[in-house]
Amino acid sequence: MLEFKNVTKTFNIGTVNERTALNDISITLPKGDFVTLVGSNGGGKSSLMNVISGVYLADSGSITLDGRDITFLPEHKRSRDIGRLFQDPMKGTAPNMTIAENLFLAYGRARRLGFRIGVGKNLTSLFQERLALLDLGLEDRLRTKMGLLSGGQRQAITLLMATICTPKLLMLDEHTAALDPATADKVLKLTEAIIKEEKITTIMITHDMHQALELGNRTLMIENGKIIQDLSGPEREAMTVDKLVGMFK
Amino acid sequence: MQLMSFVAFIGAVELGIIFALLAMGIFVSYRVLGVPDLTVEGSFTSGAAVSAVFVVMGQPMLGLLMAVAAGAVAGICTGLLQTKLRVQPILAGILTMTALYSVNLHIMGGRANIPLRRDQVIFSYFAQFTGIDRRVVLLLLVLVVVGALLVLFFHTRTGLSVRATGDNEEMVRASSINSTFTKTLGLAIANAIAALCGGLIAQYQGFADINMGVGMVVVALASLIIGEAIFGRRGVIWNVFAVSVGAVVYRIIIAFALTFNFNPMNLRAVSAIIVVIAISYPAIKNQWSLFMLKRRAKK
Repeated sequence: MLEFKNVTKTFNIGTVNERTALNDISITLPKGDFVTLVGSNGGGKSSLMNVISGVYLADSGSITLDGRDITFLPEHKRSRDIGRLFQDPMKGTAPNMTIAENLFLAYGRARRLGFRIGVGKNLTSLFQERLALLDLGLEDRLRTKMGLLSGGQRQAITLLMATICTPKLLMLDEHTAALDPATADKVLKLTEAIIKEEKITTIMITHDMHQALELGNRTLMIENGKIIQDLSGPEREAMTVDKLVGMFK
Repeated sequence: MQLMSFVAFIGAVELGIIFALLAMGIFVSYRVLGVPDLTVEGSFTSGAAVSAVFVVMGQPMLGLLMAVAAGAVAGICTGLLQTKLRVQPILAGILTMTALYSVNLHIMGGRANIPLRRDQVIFSYFAQFTGIDRRVVLLLLVLVVVGALLVLFFHTRTGLSVRATGDNEEMVRASSINSTFTKTLGLAIANAIAALCGGLIAQYQGFADINMGVGMVVVALASLIIGEAIFGRRGVIWNVFAVSVGAVVYRIIIAFALTFNFNPMNLRAVSAIIVVIAISYPAIKNQWSLFMLKRRAKK
């Protein structure tokens, strides 16, 4: 469960460029919620993500994840419980390291493996098993360098890395926007399957209004740092793409 | 005609093996972390200074260990400057290197040079204990042990984290790894190895000098590039091996050139030119092929 209490984030305080990215936001995501997040550019979507993941600290307010106050926790410590995917498929993996090494790093997220040498047989078979689920033929290429794979393959592996230790929260920042339609569709289906299987609380940023209404169980719209729509249940079912588009300023 | 005396050749190989350590250190900072770390010029001298001071006290082995520790501390300083204090990476190295000049003078008791002519060094102990009076054997042993430890380390999760930090820092933080720690650790290792190299050189040559670190980054880069040119870049084991051989080849080339009345004054300039050519090679190749493409298109 993710809880936001009166979170505010302002950039360039005291200058002419002062901009309030998040304005006194309070919101609760119950465990297992799959939220799609929409809004104009500069509306505050990315700021919301960055404040949750710890890239920026909030100016005021508090953030709680599964009962733990993470407001001032550094980014790398939050990553233990938060999985992230970005729009750029290159961002989520280390290109000069092999698939196995990338997965090993991600696998170690919640564990202390400090000085154990090598990936080991048990883990290798676990990685192969998970890679086979992607259905991209990557299970036999554990020793291939990440940089040699296509964007879609890399994004699929990043998804695997973000969820290989089930996170308390998964954040997807337009993670299929840079992929071709067929690959995007495949990665999206995988995402849905994993989220459903592990019942992961998820926030997904998207600019595709069909996706925003079809995926998940709740849709948030953020404008000028405020949440202006919070749709779920029958209200969300009654919402149409055209109406949603009309709400953009 | 004999091109080079056997003694001169063995001397070049021995120097090459010692400087292979420096090249390994530079490999860690330049190739793995992706930062050309100038701290090495200072930590190399620190290693030599510490080692020499302990040799004078009759503790050559302890001297090498303390040299390693001194190098690690220097690396940590640069690492903290880069991460916690947000000093640009190159500048952080220059600052530590500059400060180390004073520190090294203090270590050497205010003298610019410590001669070790009549003191017991690690090589004489080794000869006494094993009966093998060949310095190259001990040096090879040290190189293999350090290389093996380095390769093993880079296969642990901590080592993988250090490698990933140089590859994609954002991903590292998203994998719950403290990139401040991994970067600092990487620099500590790089400088510890460089200081070990300095410590060995002092005992090998029989003196420590305050200016012996000058130009060492470029010399090590030239070795690294020669190694990569011969063997190419593959996995970590391969790269560490390539870099080591590169350093030996570099010393042999120099020894060879010196037999042809090559003026040693030009040594550093030649090293710098090797590095420039090797690094700019892809850019020059691209420009050349673009030029040829344009010329063909006009016809």
